[in-house]
Amino acid sequence: MRKLSTRRRHPLAGIVVLLLALGVVGGVYSAVRFQPASAETASANDVKAGRNLFLVGCASCHGKNASGIETKRGGNYGPSLIGVGAAAVDFQVGTGRMPMAQSAPQAPAKDPEYTAEETRQLAAYIASLAPGPAIPDDEYTDISGKTVEQIREGGEFFRTNCTACHNSVGAGGALPGGKYAPKLDGVSAKHIAEAMITGPQQMPVFSDDVITPEDKSNIIAYIKQVQDQPNYGGMAGGGLGPVVDGLFTWIIGIGGLVIAAVWIGAHGARVKKK
Amino acid sequence: MSTIDESTNIEDTAFGKKAAGPVEWLDDRLGLAGASKRSHLLRKVFPEHWSFMLGEIALWSFVVLLLTGTFLTFWYQPSMAETTYNGSYTPLNGLEMSHAYASTLDISFDVRGGLLIRQIHHWAAALFVAAMIVHMLRVMFTGAYRKPREINWLIGIGLMVLGLVEGFAGYSLPDDLLSGTGLRFVDGLLRSIPIVGSYLEFFLFGGEFPGDVIIPRLYMAHILLIPALLLGLIGAHMLLLVYHKHTQWGGPGRTEKNVVGYPMLPVYAAKAGGFFFVVFGFTAIMGAVLQINPIWAYGPYNPSEVTAGSQPDWYMGFVEGAVRIMPNFESTFFNYTWSWNVFLPAAILPGLFLGVGVMWPFLEQWITGDKREHHLLERPRNAPFRTAFIVAAMTAYGVLWIGGGNDIIATKFHLSLNAITWFCRIGLFVLPVITFMITKRICIGLQRADANRILHGYETGVIERSPDGGFAERHAPLPVGSQFTLTNHDRLPALEAPPETDANGVAAPHGRKAKLRAKVRAFYYDGMIDKPTVEDVHHADEHLRDHDGHPVELGDEFQGVSETGVPRVH
Repeated sequence: MRKLSTRRRHPLAGIVVLLLALGVVGGVYSAVRFQPASAETASANDVKAGRNLFLVGCASCHGKNASGIETKRGGNYGPSLIGVGAAAVDFQVGTGRMPMAQSAPQAPAKDPEYTAEETRQLAAYIASLAPGPAIPDDEYTDISGKTVEQIREGGEFFRTNCTACHNSVGAGGALPGGKYAPKLDGVSAKHIAEAMITGPQQMPVFSDDVITPEDKSNIIAYIKQVQDQPNYGGMAGGGLGPVVDGLFTWIIGIGGLVIAAVWIGAHGARVKKK
Repeated sequence: MSTIDESTNIEDTAFGKKAAGPVEWLDDRLGLAGASKRSHLLRKVFPEHWSFMLGEIALWSFVVLLLTGTFLTFWYQPSMAETTYNGSYTPLNGLEMSHAYASTLDISFDVRGGLLIRQIHHWAAALFVAAMIVHMLRVMFTGAYRKPREINWLIGIGLMVLGLVEGFAGYSLPDDLLSGTGLRFVDGLLRSIPIVGSYLEFFLFGGEFPGDVIIPRLYMAHILLIPALLLGLIGAHMLLLVYHKHTQWGGPGRTEKNVVGYPMLPVYAAKAGGFFFVVFGFTAIMGAVLQINPIWAYGPYNPSEVTAGSQPDWYMGFVEGAVRIMPNFESTFFNYTWSWNVFLPAAILPGLFLGVGVMWPFLEQWITGDKREHHLLERPRNAPFRTAFIVAAMTAYGVLWIGGGNDIIATKFHLSLNAITWFCRIGLFVLPVITFMITKRICIGLQRADANRILHGYETGVIERSPDGGFAERHAPLPVGSQFTLTNHDRLPALEAPPETDANGVAAPHGRKAKLRAKVRAFYYDGMIDKPTVEDVHHADEHLRDHDGHPVELGDEFQGVSETGVPRVH
């Protein structure tokens, strides 16, 4: 100890301390940085099984090594999946979007082709290729016990970031060229959270730096609350807004009242005739 | 109804005896009995047809609007000052918002019956404008706007425009995200007007959008200014209706000088009064079971937010559509941006619709040269150009509607938004031409069918076998009444080229205008079938009544049988 304290004013002491500090920071950073990928409790068996599934069901578009297949024109049949993470796989395969049944501007949600077990294996394989967002834990998806304040907060985030495409009650909306923002009705909390952190298809990524995990769970809580509440005021026409109101006005309102007018016009004072 | 003629006089009934005293007391002071007798208002005759009641739908929805609107004013606060919401709708609890939005939420969730009344008010508003449109279409299709009713037509157009503005003001009042987005649209429209645009914006909004005065200003317009104007114009509309008398369909006993129908009392008062309750009932049922404008779902207005599916109410849908399908044209002169992409579709196009509407009766008069009074309606088939023109205008309007709802159509029918937009861009110009041609041909075909029925009679359903074995259906002349109805319109005018020179051999003044008119006139009457002449009819009648070729007399009572053998009545 004495040696240390006597040499603390040595010309090289500062450099030594700096190196040590850098080493500690770098070590901690790398430990934390790669945690999402390594946090997966993926066994080597899962990865292997996932790779086998991948080669059968996915490789024709995404390439044997999941690095994507380019077309001659510079587009791609399927994009590279290196670094998309387990969350992207769980979302795309878990909602049935992947594998696509046919080529389309956008993959529609449908019944999943793979079981939960197979989906987990596929996710493990893709996560093993490179670090990426992991399947979100309860921090994102646990919406039980949300307070009124948190739900209101979630509503504010939802209106600011989501409604422009997904509509104010999550009924979905149109995007150019046959693409669309899907409706959020019946989408699980996990899948909504995965969509936010991976940005599937047309959707932008809302990273945890932009919207914290707590805010994400607040948004999900707001969506669930709005969808679970009754339709105040009667049948809602799918939450699509004034277009449906106009349809009802003309078909039910004007249609019905014209029928009433015909009825009144047909019953004159000449009832006496017969 | 069946006891009109047999009823005892009201003064002899038990009720009449009781009421006689008070009624006399009133009459001594108001003199209404004499006035109503002198004006014959109570016995005013109205002709009967279902289409004559379309305007009534608008009238009665307006009454519903006045009643429900009054209720809403008790709780609505037209203020853009900020407050914190603490009402029953928890997802918005504790949120900063304007008093206007908070009070509309209170009406929806905390005022007893408030949501029902709000929804009735909104449905009635949507119906009000829709009923005005169908009423206007009826008037257009039947030529009811012709002399002497041009001014009433113009009043009707004024009512329509005021109805649109009134509806838009009401749509903006809740100050939710949707209504704010609508206001932003109008703000953009104003700004797109060259040179004066930004001044108009500052004038209307009291500064930059959104400012803090637009809601109180719109509120004043919505509950005072425009309803007062509407009431006044509706009064004038009805007074002129009584003064001109209602138009009627032609037929035996109906002329340009009489009106055949039922008197106001007791028949029409009962019918119209009853229809009021039907309309009120309809709007009440719609308000009770169909959600309209769920303002709580949109959240308070915030200029940085917008929601997918942001549309105006249906009556502004055609402007929305025009803006959505307009290509992005913009030019810069002398450092000023000219936003053709907004100005043309949002300001010029509605102006065009309005201009054609205002000018139409006078344009038609100029084309046909018809300056006579008309109280008999014209069947749409007998004015093929007019009918086709209206259908073409409706087609253009419909294409714009599709454009306005392009996002909803795209998601619900799995179509490409861009494809719909291009369909509308091309369809707006092509489809009206196609529907014009089709409608005109249908009208002319129906005219031919009418002429055919007159000249060849109707099909009796009686099949006759000729001596040489052939089968033919026997035709018989139409009853005279039907023949009259079918031929009760003007003959086609002779079309002449305008004279090149006047009496002195000098080039005729206004020669160009006359030539243009002759061309338009030729196009207007092009292809129309003239009704058969009297000689034609007599000749056909003789031929049809010629019994020599037929073994069996049909008799005067016989009017044919249907395919199933049931006797027909014409």
